[in-house]
Amino acid sequence: MTTKTYWKGLPQLKNDPKFVKNADKEFVDLGVQEDAGHSRRDFLKMMGFSVAAASLAACEAPIRKAIPYVSKPLDADPGIPNYYASTYINGGDYCSIVVKVRDGRPIKIDGNSLSKVTMGGTSAQVEASVLSLYDNFRLRGPRVGEKLSDWETIDKEILTKLNEIAAKGGQIRIVSNTILSPSTKAAIEKFKSKYPTTKVVQYDPISYYGITKANQESLGAAIIPSYDFSKAKVIVSVGADFLGTWLSPIEFTKQFAVNREITAEKKEMSRLYAFESNLSLTGANADYRTAIKPSQEGLVVAQLYKLISGSGSTGIDGIKYLEKAAAELKANAGKALVVSGSNDKNVQVVVNAINNLLGSYGTTINTSSPVNFRQGNDEEMTAFVAEATSGKVDGVIFFNCNPVYDHPQGAELGKALKGIALTVSTSTTPDETASSSGYIAADHHYLESWNDAEPKLNSFSLSQPAITPIFKTRQAQESFLVWAGEANTDYFTFVQEYWRSRFFAASGGLDFQSFWDKCLYDGVFEVTATPTSLSFNGNVDSALSAIASTYSASNSGFELVLYETCGLGTGSQANNPLLQELPDPITKATWDHYVTISLSDATELGIDNDAEGRTQLVNITANGKTITVAALVQPGQAKGTLGVALGYGRTQVGLVGKEIGANAYPLLSLGESLGYNVTSGVKIEKTETPFQIAQTQIHQTYMGRANVVQESVLADYLSNPQEWNDKAPKVTSWDKKVLPGTLSLWKGHDYKNHHWGMAVDLNTCTGCGSCVVACNVENNVALVGKQEVINRREMHWLRIDRYYSSEAEVDDFIGMEKASDNPEVVFQPMMCQHCNNAPCETVCPVAATTHSTEGLNQMTYNRCIGTRYCANNCPYKVRRFNWFKYHDNNQFLNANPAMNTDLGRMVLNPDVTVRSRGVMEKCSFCVQRIQSGKLTAKKERRTMKDGEVVTACQAACSTGAILFGDMNDPESKISKVLGIETQYKEVEIDGKKETVIDYGIDKKVTNPRAYRVLEEIGVKPNIFYLTKIRNKDKESNNA
Amino acid sequence: MQATSSVRESLITGGKTVRDVSEDISRHVENKPNRLWWIAFLTSLVLFGFGFYCLAALLWEGIGLWGLNKTVGWAWDITNFVWWVGIGHAGTLISAILLLFRQKWRMSINRAAEAMTIFAVICAATFPLAHMGRLWLGFYWALPLPNTWGSLWANFNSPLLWDVFAISTYFTVSLVFWYIGLIPDFAVIRDRATRMGNKTRATIYNALSFGWDGAAKTWMRYESVALILAGLSTPLVLSVHTIVSFDFATSVVPGWHTTIFPPYFVAGAIFSGFAMVLTLLIVTRKVFKLEDYITIYHIELMNIVIIITGSIVGIAYITEFFVAWYGMVPAEFYAFYNRATGPYWWAYWSMMTCNVISPQLFWFKKIRTNIVATFVLSIIVNIGMWFERFVIIVTSIHRDYLPSSWSMFYPTMYDLGEYIFTFGLFFTAFFLFAKFFPVINMAEVKSIIKSSSEKKH
Repeated sequence: MTTKTYWKGLPQLKNDPKFVKNADKEFVDLGVQEDAGHSRRDFLKMMGFSVAAASLAACEAPIRKAIPYVSKPLDADPGIPNYYASTYINGGDYCSIVVKVRDGRPIKIDGNSLSKVTMGGTSAQVEASVLSLYDNFRLRGPRVGEKLSDWETIDKEILTKLNEIAAKGGQIRIVSNTILSPSTKAAIEKFKSKYPTTKVVQYDPISYYGITKANQESLGAAIIPSYDFSKAKVIVSVGADFLGTWLSPIEFTKQFAVNREITAEKKEMSRLYAFESNLSLTGANADYRTAIKPSQEGLVVAQLYKLISGSGSTGIDGIKYLEKAAAELKANAGKALVVSGSNDKNVQVVVNAINNLLGSYGTTINTSSPVNFRQGNDEEMTAFVAEATSGKVDGVIFFNCNPVYDHPQGAELGKALKGIALTVSTSTTPDETASSSGYIAADHHYLESWNDAEPKLNSFSLSQPAITPIFKTRQAQESFLVWAGEANTDYFTFVQEYWRSRFFAASGGLDFQSFWDKCLYDGVFEVTATPTSLSFNGNVDSALSAIASTYSASNSGFELVLYETCGLGTGSQANNPLLQELPDPITKATWDHYVTISLSDATELGIDNDAEGRTQLVNITANGKTITVAALVQPGQAKGTLGVALGYGRTQVGLVGKEIGANAYPLLSLGESLGYNVTSGVKIEKTETPFQIAQTQIHQTYMGRANVVQESVLADYLSNPQEWNDKAPKVTSWDKKVLPGTLSLWKGHDYKNHHWGMAVDLNTCTGCGSCVVACNVENNVALVGKQEVINRREMHWLRIDRYYSSEAEVDDFIGMEKASDNPEVVFQPMMCQHCNNAPCETVCPVAATTHSTEGLNQMTYNRCIGTRYCANNCPYKVRRFNWFKYHDNNQFLNANPAMNTDLGRMVLNPDVTVRSRGVMEKCSFCVQRIQSGKLTAKKERRTMKDGEVVTACQAACSTGAILFGDMNDPESKISKVLGIETQYKEVEIDGKKETVIDYGIDKKVTNPRAYRVLEEIGVKPNIFYLTKIRNKDKESNNA
Repeated sequence: MQATSSVRESLITGGKTVRDVSEDISRHVENKPNRLWWIAFLTSLVLFGFGFYCLAALLWEGIGLWGLNKTVGWAWDITNFVWWVGIGHAGTLISAILLLFRQKWRMSINRAAEAMTIFAVICAATFPLAHMGRLWLGFYWALPLPNTWGSLWANFNSPLLWDVFAISTYFTVSLVFWYIGLIPDFAVIRDRATRMGNKTRATIYNALSFGWDGAAKTWMRYESVALILAGLSTPLVLSVHTIVSFDFATSVVPGWHTTIFPPYFVAGAIFSGFAMVLTLLIVTRKVFKLEDYITIYHIELMNIVIIITGSIVGIAYITEFFVAWYGMVPAEFYAFYNRATGPYWWAYWSMMTCNVISPQLFWFKKIRTNIVATFVLSIIVNIGMWFERFVIIVTSIHRDYLPSSWSMFYPTMYDLGEYIFTFGLFFTAFFLFAKFFPVINMAEVKSIIKSSSEKKH
């Protein structure tokens, strides 16, 4: 190496001090700064700041308050939901539930499978009730008259008045719907012991008093027994919609479905006969349905009795299928059940007599565990209204009821309340009764309450609060205890004490806390009791002669049937948009009240109800009262009858339920028990006012398309289960005809891990709609309101297609559009089919909808640019477009409070994005649940178990018609139901041929009932439907 | 003096000299527009303004302002899109294919026809843009631009993406072709302006003509470029509407999923394009008194093209029905049955009447050489072609596979508004073009006048 030095210049050589100072610096500071104060960098900094500040100031940052826990509760982890067992109670309706609580907010309700009453089922009303918790119409606190007050004031005033009444010996009444809770009854007893003139009046908007009375007479006990439809092989329902609304539909649906399943091993199913006027959900699921007039109802029951007992005739002939039904009931004695929806005591006595002849008591009817769902006493209620109007009552407390709205004499009662010294309502909302009362001691929502219930004798369940009370409300039971002057007014301890004294002692446990914790955890508790059997001892002859005098075989005038809908029920949840927008299972109408009328009657009256739901308003007069509703032509409606739903026409209701329909309760017939059928003096008068009913489905039939709905009758199916597979459409390859799935231009996918799929059993789907609401709640599906439904833009990810049969031949397209007069009905839940060759995926220009490695068709909202091509190309029409901004948009305030009010937003599921305007959305197979299931398994270092991931619709389905699972797992339930056979393929690994499991898209499905909708277009959905089988005789015998 | 041939009719009548051509065509650029022009122009502006309001409302509120629904995801938007794109085709056909086939009669009409193409494609493009739920993202996400989102890119499987390429290529080529043709004519106007001492106009048209010098070499290059561009445009005439038809043909919707679509769409496009050229030129020749340049003979030739393409379209309609019956696919059979007899039967039969029956009248020479009849029929054909797209799009999807989802489409004011918007845009642009640009290709027309430069009186 040389050691030569190169000088940079003379200063270095000279070691000039000026040079040495800066020798190690690359850039020498020459000290030539023009303006030390403002450099270019300063300018840029200032400009950057100003621009940023100005633009930030221009952005309106929404203020969202999020306050973290100071000390985190042990079992509350942000983002991880907790589940609490509780009980849904609404009037006498009951459901044992599990509440999903995320970050302190209840956001979803599922059924509690530990309950022996509801067995894990739910209904649309139960599913929707979580939104009622966040209803803006709820009271913020107690009210004196119109003014918001505080508890101290209101208690003081009420106590003063109570004491005044007590001092002069005035009458006090507590009016309520059925009270299911024994603790509540005990609390009311406390109140009664303080004010002995108190009488409790229970009534039900939908009264079952006729049954209670009949049982009192013929069984010797005023009870309603338990029914077990799962033990019945032949069921006859005369106007009892037990799958939709009658008595305990969740329980009955579950029981009914047990005998409707058909598998390779189980080749028998129950047979259901329905004789009814309106086409109900039960009628829609019946194997044989006959339309009768309400005036014939009693005679049909009487005739059935005579046919079974083998003596006499009632002068009613030609009721189709009645003789067949009687013969089969007789042949299946001990496995038969007859139910009637009539509230006429005499009819129910004869029904009891029939069931007695058939040996149903002790088999399909259980009198030793009577149900408590309907304890109302119509006579007492009528007496109360008379007392109230004549000024004999000094104080009334309305608990858990709204009689001013839902009692036929509600208007009179409402007026009378003004003259009563003390009127208190414990409603959660300022409803019709509450706003006519002097005081409103606002109750908690049931999800904020402690409570218990005894739905059936010796079956108990507990309610626990899932959220701290949102408003300054107080539990009604606590109010009773306060007014009773109890020392301990805490209802929680009251319930606990009640359980301690009633159950703990008997349970023989050692430690009350663990007994209580167990009950609370399970939500239910059963007491074993010795069965008491009642025997039939009724006077059939007097009942028969009473029937003969009140019913007639042929009545010429119009008759009115007042019924409850699956969605709105009694109308107590009328302010719940989930229920208003839930399409009626039969009419598919939303947001509307209407009268169902047969086509021939409508034609005679000149009513024109076209496919788009355009119709006219009609005036209906019954029992001297007139209401105006729209007319809807309903296939299956008995000629000469009109069906009007109860539960509409609420006047004191929030923004959602305002001005929808008319109140039909005043049309009920008063009598010993309330009459829901009006058979004389019914008038219908057409007006010229046009009206459009918002229906989600405007086409009635499936046009005979066997690739959409496959159905068969049991006998035909059993003789050739492969029938469809033999007839399935083939496609032509170049030399022969082959099954459509076998030819493909696509390579397909390999699902090496999971392959999610779904099986939908058309046999057990009753069409109730509970899955639709569950899906809405789980997936934050926007509700859009009446006008947008008319514009055919409802957002439901899951819909239930309802098809009527038609009389026409398949190639008669015009004829096929018309439903039969008394159609067979099929329900088909329809959601994204998660096609393996998804037509939506290929057409999206920006790849916003793509295929997952587990068979899901996934939608990326924030990538979507909204061309809607995917929706056009979807053969199943399940894609939903955000036509407008449905959240934070006042236009949708009324229809969609869950996305437009601060209170409502609390119900939103944080795991699912609220979609913005202009993007497409659809069923995701509840991908958030799949992901969370996978994460849990991963954290626990194990593979996922079958049944660990349950979609919202599956969880809500009482009958198990919807089954989700991994089709790659040979042990999964779905693999077994579909009969998926593992397939193998040969691959070359390192030059050697090896046989490995084929995880491709084409699963070999061996269940002969399984089919894919539109199989022949080759999109290969991951959802399989199981053929609908009706338990009818062979086709040829049914002519 | 006009030279006449006993074999074929003169393309330009009236014994026009080269000077006359320059004079007749340039006059409209140089003079103040007449009252008729003002009325037409202002009317177009009003339509444009109303349409713009509807479009702005649509972007502000959402696509829900249109009458679409869960079943019918496209209706007027894509109908109008295809209709406008189709109209554009005549311009390209005239300027490219007829150039290659040395059809000299095209020379009087190609300028206006090409302008029509450009404006029609702009109008067409507004619909795919406006129909997007999120235009503010879609306008660039649909392009394969480099980005930092990893694998997230345009989906090349999607016919919509093919559309993006097809339409943008088509637009670019058409625009360049049209502009190159304009250069010599701009130079004529520049030279005349210089002579007249109008400095502003001379400067502007000088810039527009890129300093055209009229040298033989320049002309040679001009001719080569024109020929190359014609060669490039020729496949575009066929490809653009083929690709537009793929939007439908590659789908699974019965009534869309048809292999016949590409030729059928191309024929339909030329059919409607020629009709639109006729509508425009009949008005233009009247307003600008260009009867000698756009003669009855031109009109007759165009009417013959209309008979041919109209008949192709008619055969396509019948073939569709035959195949629907012969193919034995129930869904497809129903789709066509529903077209003819379902709730939209009136649209179907309007289409059949306007597109198949009415052009057959042109078999009569009297009718095809009658200005009024041609004008009326040209409008009827365009109404028919609008219905054709409506019928294909709406009647196919409003009743497809699952009867539960069948529904109707009812247009709203905004559907109409967006259509009016494009009319406003089209005619505003066309009238501006007619005023400021030479509406007939002077340079080319000068090559076909059969008269000496000296006029004998």
